[in-house]
Amino acid sequence: MPFDVDYHAIAPELIVSGTILLVLVADLLLRPDRKWLSMVISFLGVAAALVVELTLVGDLRTSFDGTYVNDAFAVLFKTFFLSVALVVLLLSLRYFRDGRYYQGEYYFLLLSSFLGMLTISSSRDLLMLFISLELVTAPGWLMAAFRKRDPRSNEAGLKYFLIGILSTAVMLYGMSLVYGVTGSLRLQDIAGSLQGEPQAVAIAAVLFVVAGFAFKVSSVPFHFWAPDTYEGSPVPVAAFLSVASKAAGFAGLLQLMFTGFLPLAEFWAPVFAVLSVLTMTIGNLVATQQRQIVRLLAYSSIAQAGYMLLPFALVGGGADSQAFEAAVLYILIYAVMTLGAFAVVIGLAREAPGALISDFAGLGRRAPALALSMALFMVSLAGIPPLAGFYAKLVIFLAAISADQLWLAVVMVINSVISIWYYVGVVRQMYFVQVPEARPVRAPALATGVAVLAAVVILAGGIYPDLFARLPGAAALVP
Amino acid sequence: MSDWALTLAVFLPTVGALVIALVPGDRDRLVRGLGILFTAVPLVIGIALLFGYDFSAPGAFGDGSAGQALQYEVNASWISVIGARYHLGIDGVSLPLLELTLLLGLLCMVYTWRYLPEPGRPKAFVGLMLLLQTGMAGTFVAFDLVLFFVFWELVLVPMYFLIGLWGGPNREYAAIKFFLYTLFGSVFMLLGFLAMYFRADPHTFDMIALQQAGFSQDFQLLVFAGLFLGFAIKVPMWPFHTWLPDAHTEAPTVGSVVLAGVLLKMGTYGFVRIALPILPEASRVWAPWIGVLAVIAIVYAALACLAQRDLKRLIAFSSVGHMGFVMLGIATLTDVGINAAIFGMVAHGIITGMLFFLAGSVHERYHTREIAEIGGGMLQKMPALASILAFTAIASLGLPGLAGFWGEVMALLSSYNPAEGLSLGLFRTLMVFGGIGTILTAGYFLWMLQRVNLGTVPDRWREKTLSDVTAAEYVSWAPLLVATLLLGIFPRLIFGVTSEAVGTLVALF
Repeated sequence: MPFDVDYHAIAPELIVSGTILLVLVADLLLRPDRKWLSMVISFLGVAAALVVELTLVGDLRTSFDGTYVNDAFAVLFKTFFLSVALVVLLLSLRYFRDGRYYQGEYYFLLLSSFLGMLTISSSRDLLMLFISLELVTAPGWLMAAFRKRDPRSNEAGLKYFLIGILSTAVMLYGMSLVYGVTGSLRLQDIAGSLQGEPQAVAIAAVLFVVAGFAFKVSSVPFHFWAPDTYEGSPVPVAAFLSVASKAAGFAGLLQLMFTGFLPLAEFWAPVFAVLSVLTMTIGNLVATQQRQIVRLLAYSSIAQAGYMLLPFALVGGGADSQAFEAAVLYILIYAVMTLGAFAVVIGLAREAPGALISDFAGLGRRAPALALSMALFMVSLAGIPPLAGFYAKLVIFLAAISADQLWLAVVMVINSVISIWYYVGVVRQMYFVQVPEARPVRAPALATGVAVLAAVVILAGGIYPDLFARLPGAAALVP
Repeated sequence: MSDWALTLAVFLPTVGALVIALVPGDRDRLVRGLGILFTAVPLVIGIALLFGYDFSAPGAFGDGSAGQALQYEVNASWISVIGARYHLGIDGVSLPLLELTLLLGLLCMVYTWRYLPEPGRPKAFVGLMLLLQTGMAGTFVAFDLVLFFVFWELVLVPMYFLIGLWGGPNREYAAIKFFLYTLFGSVFMLLGFLAMYFRADPHTFDMIALQQAGFSQDFQLLVFAGLFLGFAIKVPMWPFHTWLPDAHTEAPTVGSVVLAGVLLKMGTYGFVRIALPILPEASRVWAPWIGVLAVIAIVYAALACLAQRDLKRLIAFSSVGHMGFVMLGIATLTDVGINAAIFGMVAHGIITGMLFFLAGSVHERYHTREIAEIGGGMLQKMPALASILAFTAIASLGLPGLAGFWGEVMALLSSYNPAEGLSLGLFRTLMVFGGIGTILTAGYFLWMLQRVNLGTVPDRWREKTLSDVTAAEYVSWAPLLVATLLLGIFPRLIFGVTSEAVGTLVALF
């Protein structure tokens, strides 16, 4: 069967694929002390892909018989993933060079995972979605175990792998049932045949798929892997997992729920309500007990996933497009805040390899720029104005009230207040706790730069939310 | 220029904070000078506003013409997606509080020129004070609910740091308690705002447009509960007051001045500006409860004050009582009562601000705030300081002829005759208990004066040289002392501004 292939539309994917092969080959030829050049190659490749992606803004192109679509949604998420890739690459350079890890392999795996994220944004077909999702996850298993001499990293990789493979199996089973019921893999056709009287098996199938995604976005009760995996992984990988990998899960979930499975919303929306409430509450409560910053960020990211799941619970309440936009906006803003926070942790990696929260003591004087940025991220994650995190929460509240689900907004509000306890705890540690000898921290320039840049974005976006408030609306899958 | 006046008055302090961030850390004097400059210019703008202000204009309440009552109005697009706008303006209710904020902000900076609390770090201290200033001034002029909320919350983080870094021994506990407590209330307030947004047709966050929304009574009651939680914690009303004694006591001197002088008024202002005009029917239902809580606060605070041994903690508790009078005035929903409330807010800002300055100066000299350790005789040791303390304390207890008198007596007076539909018997009972409260208030202040000012100087202080009031103190206190006297003699200075505005508000009841 001949396919109509729009090469311009898939050019970013092709560039990234080429870069992946180039990195793999280059690694064989580079001298050991020059291995870090793999990062430069990767960076240039991703940057080129990003530039090409930006030429596609505003277009609507379909390839491969309509299963691969480049619409506003895809462009928004691809631009987002490519930008995140650039940041993760910047954060990785020093960590992996100084730590003497296998750099070529790492960048190869990282880019492969990002390639999966690019394809996930465009997939309008169950099979394509599944392959993309596995392309995102599988390299993650290896990367999590990259500090192979440290048992905790091995544990991280193994845990991620075992739970991941289980959830994959469940999801695939669900997808096969969907195919059995509807006779189609294309999301649009699935939506078409799910109209009308719902079949029990269809509902069960959807729930299986949701369970699979719940693992990807580390939703309770499939969240157990996240803290251990984040803690054991190299810190840049933890940043990658908590931002990029999670956003990829949400990108897939958004497409499935808001198009393919939309007709069954009255059955799955309450499931999301339960998932969301449990995820945010358990995430926040456990986060208050953490002593290690990466684990704190892990539980924080679980709690934040709960907020991002909330809009899914509103589907069918008459405010679908608002819910959709709220979810997208929250993912974008969450990514900036969390990447920034991880940049700070990476900046301190050499000073404080254990990354305990108490290592942050006195940071306000030892590294003013890092500390101030971190304070902004923490306050923003807690949702206090005038920072972007407040606006992100506000939009979710608005969507919840608009869909007549006030109780969800109230639960989220209470959770936000709980979360302040541990977010502000970090701030407290940096500014209030005095250390006997306050040595200045020599933070790497790249990490500091990323942190400061993210902080500026968070501040600017909070003061003038129109900066990115219009993005999700333009990218709506829902009319 | 008149379009920019309010924006400049609100945001110049933030500009100042940014400028200070760029100044090298060792230029201590320059930093403090910039602090004075960037609060002085807003005050000058604030005074200039008065000349172009139409004092006979009605308040921004009530019918469709309310929008025109706003002066120096700015209404620009801000968050277009949700229709939140950058809407600033002033009317008779906002003006006195804005001026109070601008004045206290400058005086705190002047005080800081000489006294910087431990552990120093002028850049951070002055910068945070300036940020705080923007949040407070903005709250009183914002006419969009989202904007109001942003300003309202902007106050939290700087104050958290001011208490937590420069506060007393128990500062961290006080700082986080203040933070969590206030935030807890304000998120429910936010939900109330959002609910109103959705019920209004067309959806709007504009405070003036919302007054025409005509919400059903059940809805009003629910939303009022949310707003009440936010405002009442900020005021603070009994039984939500427990954060206040800790925060006020632990905060550095100027922090306490600003907390008592301005921050608490944000809560009472919220009732007058948002809760009453937008939710009039719910206000009528809630008013008796508010009145009861207010009077409990008055009596409870007075009794608590009698038991205090720490001078600063005593003043902190006295704030709870004074804010009780303000809330009692508001709860009557009458012209007299609400005028009295606004007068009470300004008077309390001036007098209690002054008292906290004094508590700071006493601590500066004795290095203790325990009344027993000071042990009396201050009138002999430091006659000027002691006289000022006596003057201010007497003003605070409500002596006729000084500023503290009008707010209290008129609040009591108004509860003799509350708005139509409110229970006469209940409010008259409240008046009696409020009256008992004023007697207790006089009692604890006079007793405090007796223990601090009078008597003989204890041996431990006799040989020490304790300097009397310094120039910096005179400069930063003089305006407050003069205002205390002037407002006492010419209450029209405030009532003249507020009465028209309050008139349009009470027409709703």
